Amino acid sequence: MTSQTEELHDVRLHVNGTVHEVRVPARRLLSDALRHDLGLTGTHVGCEHGVCGACTILVDGSPMRACLMFAVSAVDAEITTVEGLTESDGSAQGRLSPVQQGFSDCHGLQCGFCTPGFLTTITAGLRDNPDPTEEEAREMIAGNLCRCTGYQNIVKSVLRAAEIERERGESA
Amino acid sequence: MKPAPFAYLRPSTLDEALTALAGEQGAKVLAGGQSLVPLLSMRLAAPAMLIDINALPDLGSVQVDESGVRIGALARHAEVLASSEAAEVQPLLAMALSHVAHPTIRNRGTTVGSIVHADAAAEMPMVLRLLEGSVDVASVRGRRTIPAAELFAGPLESTLAHDELAVGAFFPALAAGAGVGFQEIARRHGDYALVGVAAHVQLDGDAVASARIGFVSVSDVPVVVDVTDAVQDTAGDPAAAALAELDPADDIHATAAYRAHLVKVLVPKVLAAATDHARERARQRMDS
Amino acid sequence: MTTKLFGTKVARVEDQRFLRGQGRYVDDLLTDDPRLLHSAVLRSPHAHARILDIDVSDVLDLEGVVAVWTWDDLTGPMAEPLPLLIPHPALTHGRTQYALARDEVNYVGEAIAFVVAVDRYVAEDAVSRIRVDYEYLEPVVGIPAARAAQRTVHDDVPDNVGARMTQENGDARAAIADAPHTITLELDIERSACTPMEGRGTVARWDPDTSRLTVWSSTQTSTGVRGCVAAKLGLDLAKVDVITPDVGGGFGVKINHPWPEELLVPLAAMTLGRPVKFTEDRREHFISSAHERAQQHHVEVGFDDDGRLLGLNVEFWHDHGAYTPYGLIVPIITSTQLLGPYKPLNYRVSFESLYTNTVIVTPYRGAGRPQGCFVMERTMDAIAAYLGKDRTEVRSTNFIQPDEFPYEHGLIFQDGRELTYDSGDYPASLAKLKELVGWDEFEDFRAEMASQGRRVGIGLACYVEGTGVGPYEGAHVHIETSGKVKVATGLTTQGQGHQTAFAQIVADTLGVRFENVEITTGDTRKMPYAVGTFASRAAVMSGSAIHLAALRAKEKALRIAAEALEAAEDDLEIKDGVVSVKGTDASIDLGTVAVLSNPLRYAFDEASKAATQFSVGDPGKPPVDEDDEPGLEGKDFYSPERSTFANGMHAVIVETDPDTAEITILKYAVVHDCGHLINPMIVEGQIHGGVAQGVGGALYERMAYDESGQLLNASFMDFLMPYVTEVPTTIDIDHLETPSPLNPLGIKGAGEAGVIPSAAVFAAAIEDAEGFPITAMPISPSELFDLRLAHAPEATPTAAAAPAPTGT
Repeated sequence: MTSQTEELHDVRLHVNGTVHEVRVPARRLLSDALRHDLGLTGTHVGCEHGVCGACTILVDGSPMRACLMFAVSAVDAEITTVEGLTESDGSAQGRLSPVQQGFSDCHGLQCGFCTPGFLTTITAGLRDNPDPTEEEAREMIAGNLCRCTGYQNIVKSVLRAAEIERERGESA
Repeated sequence: MKPAPFAYLRPSTLDEALTALAGEQGAKVLAGGQSLVPLLSMRLAAPAMLIDINALPDLGSVQVDESGVRIGALARHAEVLASSEAAEVQPLLAMALSHVAHPTIRNRGTTVGSIVHADAAAEMPMVLRLLEGSVDVASVRGRRTIPAAELFAGPLESTLAHDELAVGAFFPALAAGAGVGFQEIARRHGDYALVGVAAHVQLDGDAVASARIGFVSVSDVPVVVDVTDAVQDTAGDPAAAALAELDPADDIHATAAYRAHLVKVLVPKVLAAATDHARERARQRMDS
Repeated sequence: MTTKLFGTKVARVEDQRFLRGQGRYVDDLLTDDPRLLHSAVLRSPHAHARILDIDVSDVLDLEGVVAVWTWDDLTGPMAEPLPLLIPHPALTHGRTQYALARDEVNYVGEAIAFVVAVDRYVAEDAVSRIRVDYEYLEPVVGIPAARAAQRTVHDDVPDNVGARMTQENGDARAAIADAPHTITLELDIERSACTPMEGRGTVARWDPDTSRLTVWSSTQTSTGVRGCVAAKLGLDLAKVDVITPDVGGGFGVKINHPWPEELLVPLAAMTLGRPVKFTEDRREHFISSAHERAQQHHVEVGFDDDGRLLGLNVEFWHDHGAYTPYGLIVPIITSTQLLGPYKPLNYRVSFESLYTNTVIVTPYRGAGRPQGCFVMERTMDAIAAYLGKDRTEVRSTNFIQPDEFPYEHGLIFQDGRELTYDSGDYPASLAKLKELVGWDEFEDFRAEMASQGRRVGIGLACYVEGTGVGPYEGAHVHIETSGKVKVATGLTTQGQGHQTAFAQIVADTLGVRFENVEITTGDTRKMPYAVGTFASRAAVMSGSAIHLAALRAKEKALRIAAEALEAAEDDLEIKDGVVSVKGTDASIDLGTVAVLSNPLRYAFDEASKAATQFSVGDPGKPPVDEDDEPGLEGKDFYSPERSTFANGMHAVIVETDPDTAEITILKYAVVHDCGHLINPMIVEGQIHGGVAQGVGGALYERMAYDESGQLLNASFMDFLMPYVTEVPTTIDIDHLETPSPLNPLGIKGAGEAGVIPSAAVFAAAIEDAEGFPITAMPISPSELFDLRLAHAPEATPTAAAAPAPTGT
């Protein structure tokens, strides 16, 4: 029994402001395309059925599960991954975004595996609601699983990120 | 957990999509994919072809007028939820949509896709039935409108023919003197409901002219029960009347008895909320 | 020691890479290597079956498939069963599985065939084409079925009992017979699992140029994996390097080793001459990685009018799944640690460890302690209810007192050593907890809530946790000529912030800047002698070893600096990496000391010229003394006599909805004593995580097996790991610091603590709210509703709970 060769599709993905051309089969999950074809391994895969949120990326600014999209279906979108969150400040590494800095300040992560999905989700959440209450901060992260932190410090990180955003806005 | 291979088509016109759908028995439509992709990844479904409708024009709109809310096949749950006009004309939409999974899923998942997925554990198929809305479908053979009452054939099965594509759904506006309510109980915030209850109450003056209740997760297919008689009868028990029509089942999260109990707990609360809502709307109407 | 950083909330250095998406977890490795191959495993769909035939003929001509292995293809040690890691004399019928099933499968998920292909998609296509003929056998699912033994898991274990073990101190049965009051309790805990966000994963690369095998594995023990890989593949240990990259959580499941894939991936890499990767998916994690917790307990207790434990006799049945690779560690821990902070006058415990046709059981955070704590604390609550006493009073009556340490229980602990507590102050901890949760004010709160038609309850639970078990850990500290300090310890890291906490210790001990210290964990190339990360041991074991190794490096630095500065060692101090003569300007930086420590023939830069043969040394002496070594390094090992015992107490206030039976957490309070805190921020993070995991274990998570041995909830849709919406909005924490006398830093382990009392404390609070006994956990609203129906005639919420005492 011989299988036929799987058809490959030329896909142009816009990720973190860069255009990438990849040849992938239609079934390639966007999460796998980002990680394995583009080498952007910051997006993590925790369940591949859309529940855990580790693979959350921004698609045209909205948080979506990369494991629930196909690369071929993401052609027209502007994608942001965790690697695209840092702010350019002239340094090679770039400056941590307010959300990233908030996590660092508040011990919002332990093993770091779920973290990228939280960072992208909160980045969009604070854009829509720059001054959340604690309750709103909890709602903002309510679709992401973390096994390490018990979420206590992630909630604090959201509030701290909002504060940093304001501080940076004032000093700019 | 990776999907089996499939052929892939990303048509740019509706005709192209419908022709492809008619030409491939094993084709499935990909819109939001939030229910479909996990099934593919777990290899619980392995369609020969996916027809990705995300590039089709004119399907992403949420149109609101005084007759109701018309939702295109590519309108995401989040877009419907964000429409204050839609919430104004048919408040149950927002009440129910805020319970559909988590916001990240709502950003991609489509309301029309959820409806034709026909899951009795999902909110929107039931809401369409309760509001007596409809779905517009298209095929190479033409177009038709399927009333919600005729949409659900069985568990996870709609009455769309294989070659038909759902292009939109229509939710009628909430009539004057009517009110709605929604409440559900889930194990975790954002999970499928153990039991979800929505009510639609139509007042005639201060009296209840009709009361209908839709249920989530207590039957195989999206179900609506008319409890007008039980409500109008002062000795009536709307929850008991409803339970006679329902078929709650045991699963790993709850027993059938507990689900039936939740029906009894929720029905009076949601009916009361819907009735209050109707009165509140009537009062606002008089004020304005 | 100076305590500049020790004890302070230093921000974690590892966060930078994690926050930028630059962590390197095992599935991130070699992604740019075009030669990398991927693998998938055919797993048994049946809980119990004989394999009659495996047909792989449809697989190999699938484009992209490179190789497929079944048991028939394995040779030598690879064809033998996997190792039984921790043998015990009581484990008379220990059994382990094969890397690939030989002729029988004993759980849904057991590995049968291993496919290597160009990507995971094709590998899964191939797996779906393998045809296996099975002879279906009736499975044994659950403890009652295992005990009934009408069917057996293994033909040669006729009663399904892998081990029977009894320990006794005094004569518990006689004491119970003579006691003024007795109670009998039946207490059950269901299965759950660690479920780290990252599953298991292994990558291996064989380098034919150097004849070396490199294995990266998401493991809690790189040295353990290395030993197994070398033994199973017939390689000299020196040919195998195992590196643990960033690990996305462990919680115990990754201490078991070798997983079949940890051997099959290296085998494939060597055979095929190409790097090979295995990344476990979520469904696989549920059905082929380990579970824990399932135990049923029968308790008999005799006590006096004050509630003093005169005799305690506990029998329990432990479900260890289909095989016993990790020995009896979990039930031994239950049997010893259920004693908690108490001192029953007579204690007897016996258990049977049982085979079932379900996933294997190995330690999950807490490792038998949650069950033990549940048993003891439920017993305490039952005694209090029986005597009509406050629940804290009965506990106080039975506490080991601060002047009674070291306290010997007369039992053997999980490490084969005497169960002897080193330190603690339980009365002080309880006083703090009562204050923190508002124990004495609760009845007012209950009345206030009752007036609003709301139903609330309060519970508490105490535990003692043996942490920092041996045998040893080691550390190597190297001060480079740049002045930077490179430290290696062999155990592994899964998010505990070792790179920060250990660097704090080094910075303080050596007197160097924190940012100049770099910690490496879990790399056998840098520290081949190590045990692993489990049993809340990393801070105690590696922390102590690092401290000792840093002291050795410091000792040497001072000796060399004293010579260079022509001063007495006692007059020197090291601060910010500079050695100076106290009270003078004379100084030398540690980098220069490092240069001087290594007599050179050849200079390689400006600084190293100072160490060449015409620059330094006494021509009358050998350049390196007989009892010395070149280089500014320190290496040492820490091997304690026995474990150090941390302790803690939790209290929770819950609200139970009178209509829906939903359970809401209103307040959660923790008092924790793990000795001196290295980094309070990290310790509190560990407690937060433990509490959340405990909430999951008490109210949401369970492994739902059906009668045929199918796991019905093998996904995050149905295995209800808590989101933020399910955990307490705040966790109030207070610390007590009772130092351990057993290690130089006075520290005790903290990793598992948060999860230990959860089942006990929630059962107590729900019982208090509802007024009927809670004897089985976890509990869902549906189950609470059932209990309400069962207790309906007398079910009125009252303050005094009455836990089903079949008392005398």
